[in-house]
Amino acid sequence: MAVLSEEQEMLRDMARDWATKESPVSEFRKVRAAGQPQAYNSSAYAAMTEMGWAGIIIPEAHGGSDFGFMSAGLVVEELGKTLTASPLVATTIAASAILLGGSDEQKAKWLPRLASGETVATLAVDEGAHCDPSAIETSVAGGKLTGKKAFVHEAHGANLFVVAAKDGLYLVEKGDGVSLTTRKLTDQRSHADVSFAGAAAEKLEGGSDSLLDDVLDRARVLSAAEMLGMAQAVFDTTLDYLKQRVQFNQVLATFQALQHRMADLFADLAQMRSAVEAGLQAVDSGFGIARAATIAKAEANRVLHAISNQGIQLHGGIGMTDEFNVGFYLKRARVLEASWGSSSYLKDRFAQLSGY
Amino acid sequence: MPTHLESDVQASEDAFRTEVHHFLAAHFPDELRGTGNMLAGLDGPTNETPVQKKWREAVGERGWGTPTWPKEYGGGGLTKGQARLIEHEFAKVGAYNPIGGMGVMMFGPTLLEYGDEKQKLEHIPPICRGEIRWCQGYSEPNAGSDLANLQTFAVDKGDHYLVNGQKTWTSGGQWADKCFAIVRTDRSDKHKGISFMLIDMDAPGVEVRPITMISGTSPFCETFFTDVKVPKENLVGREGQGWTIGKRLLQHERTNISGGGRLAGMMGQSLADVAKKYCETGGDGALVNKVLRDKIADFEIRWNSFLLTARRAVEESKAQGGVSEISSVLKKVGTKLAQERSELLIEIRGLQGLGWEGDEFGDDELEDVRGWLFGKAATIYGGSTEVQNNIIAKRVLGMLDHQ
Repeated sequence: MAVLSEEQEMLRDMARDWATKESPVSEFRKVRAAGQPQAYNSSAYAAMTEMGWAGIIIPEAHGGSDFGFMSAGLVVEELGKTLTASPLVATTIAASAILLGGSDEQKAKWLPRLASGETVATLAVDEGAHCDPSAIETSVAGGKLTGKKAFVHEAHGANLFVVAAKDGLYLVEKGDGVSLTTRKLTDQRSHADVSFAGAAAEKLEGGSDSLLDDVLDRARVLSAAEMLGMAQAVFDTTLDYLKQRVQFNQVLATFQALQHRMADLFADLAQMRSAVEAGLQAVDSGFGIARAATIAKAEANRVLHAISNQGIQLHGGIGMTDEFNVGFYLKRARVLEASWGSSSYLKDRFAQLSGY
Repeated sequence: MPTHLESDVQASEDAFRTEVHHFLAAHFPDELRGTGNMLAGLDGPTNETPVQKKWREAVGERGWGTPTWPKEYGGGGLTKGQARLIEHEFAKVGAYNPIGGMGVMMFGPTLLEYGDEKQKLEHIPPICRGEIRWCQGYSEPNAGSDLANLQTFAVDKGDHYLVNGQKTWTSGGQWADKCFAIVRTDRSDKHKGISFMLIDMDAPGVEVRPITMISGTSPFCETFFTDVKVPKENLVGREGQGWTIGKRLLQHERTNISGGGRLAGMMGQSLADVAKKYCETGGDGALVNKVLRDKIADFEIRWNSFLLTARRAVEESKAQGGVSEISSVLKKVGTKLAQERSELLIEIRGLQGLGWEGDEFGDDELEDVRGWLFGKAATIYGGSTEVQNNIIAKRVLGMLDHQ
């Protein structure tokens, strides 16, 4: 765990407390059972925004607390531990796009609404099943945006989309010309293909030439923070299980083969934490973001993949049951792994960034 | 606006920095700039030049080679903050700390904790001045990772012990003046029968034979003790306390091996740069062999997160004033990655990366071959990877002992 400021420790403790008491995995089960396309509990998200979590990266002048990405990551990690379903990550990513590329008017209009929870927003980039920001067909003519975005996270609850078109990022409000086709994925959260048919769009004119990549990097580190919480939770649950489960008259934790496997996973988890925290810190410092974000998500993919698989294996048959939580983490893990860059995509990007 | 206290601290820090600058200006010879400290390692015999000797003496005199050790024993008596400042200011001008070796890294901190006053006064000051080289008498031919299974025996002869037995993997044994050893003083109890004692390497009955390794050479030796007299005053702690003391020393050893300094130093040249020299690249500068490119990227990503983890461990232990929970991970991960890197270097260079000797091979090529072979030891010594896994599982994760 990175060395935190007093404010950050308070924020993390508050998030941990809330997630444990108010939003344990049983709450996700309720969301799943309700079967609503939005796939989160609105009152839970209202509680989060009241605690200021949707405004963590938003400047105070626009209704946020301006605590930065490291702080946002701490909260997201805690929510990841209990698989809390919410559009917090999606909205924070969208907020970062407006912060980086928005005009003063756009910031003044949207950021306070995002911070207060009045507006839920999400990022719509890819047009296929893989992260591929270089292959975008969506285009804008006369302020009207046309194109199809695939597998958009939290699309059902969103009333604002940050959409990647050929010539940049645009803000599109839900309404005329915007239609959703639900895509039920294994994590049973909100995903949809979104069609834009001449929807009114407003460009984000600011930011660097690599605005889309800059926003995707922020999406990578925040998703990696969620994955870190998930990995930690699976690891802890599995360790507890090994300590109490008896086989052949022995507690499983006493088998050296299992001890060494857990030591390997513990080492991997330590690496993942370092990489994710460094990614969040890089965004806050403004230095070396692309590389740090790529490393953070690549390590998150690698380690959560291993831990989620071992979590099932080490639980044995019970880990395969729907009654047991560990499978939920596996299913969410793969969705996040495939989002904003798979492991092979990120390795390729790392090599490019390193010039080979 | 700094508080009164903060401005005092700032002022004293500035004064200390000035003191370090003056010291460097007065004592650090230009010709040693950027040469690093080859003498403090275990890599070769002491053959320091007069200029190097003068620099070592100047630093040793101040106690700045061991800055946080107590002044009464020859240390610098400084705070950790001041020690970091020295390190930083030295590095800025390309100066190195000439005081090092096992005395500094392992034995000194252990003796400061467990030695009696007389022992500290006798042994610590020469370490602080870099005058005495210590070696480690732990491993034995039939013990291996089962370190407590040692047979070297010390018989109580009144005012001294008579020691007989054999140690192995005595790093730097051929150049050492003294040896800190764990020996058996009681055969009836595996752990409580062990004592920690200090043995002069030039005492009659001590014989050292270097061991040739798969890498061709090595600093490792076998050390034989035949009726070696060890004065009673060279027993550290109580008789039978050796296992406790010995384990404490191993913590210092692990910290040192995994410290990152050595490992980070290996990254002087990126694998990708080497690959671009030996393998085909396309017009865009990317490696044409995509499988190799993927392997390198995969390695470099994990290597980067290892370095970040080493940095995090340092930051955490600074902030918490103790050892970070993840320090036990660093040895295991760092040594494995270092070995992976050596193997990748060979793959990148092909047969040109497997030269044993000859002018057809570059110095770096030959060096990396020896490094690849010698590096196989890294997951064995200092507590093998398997031993580290046991430590993590039991001490950190609280998984029970297997019976």
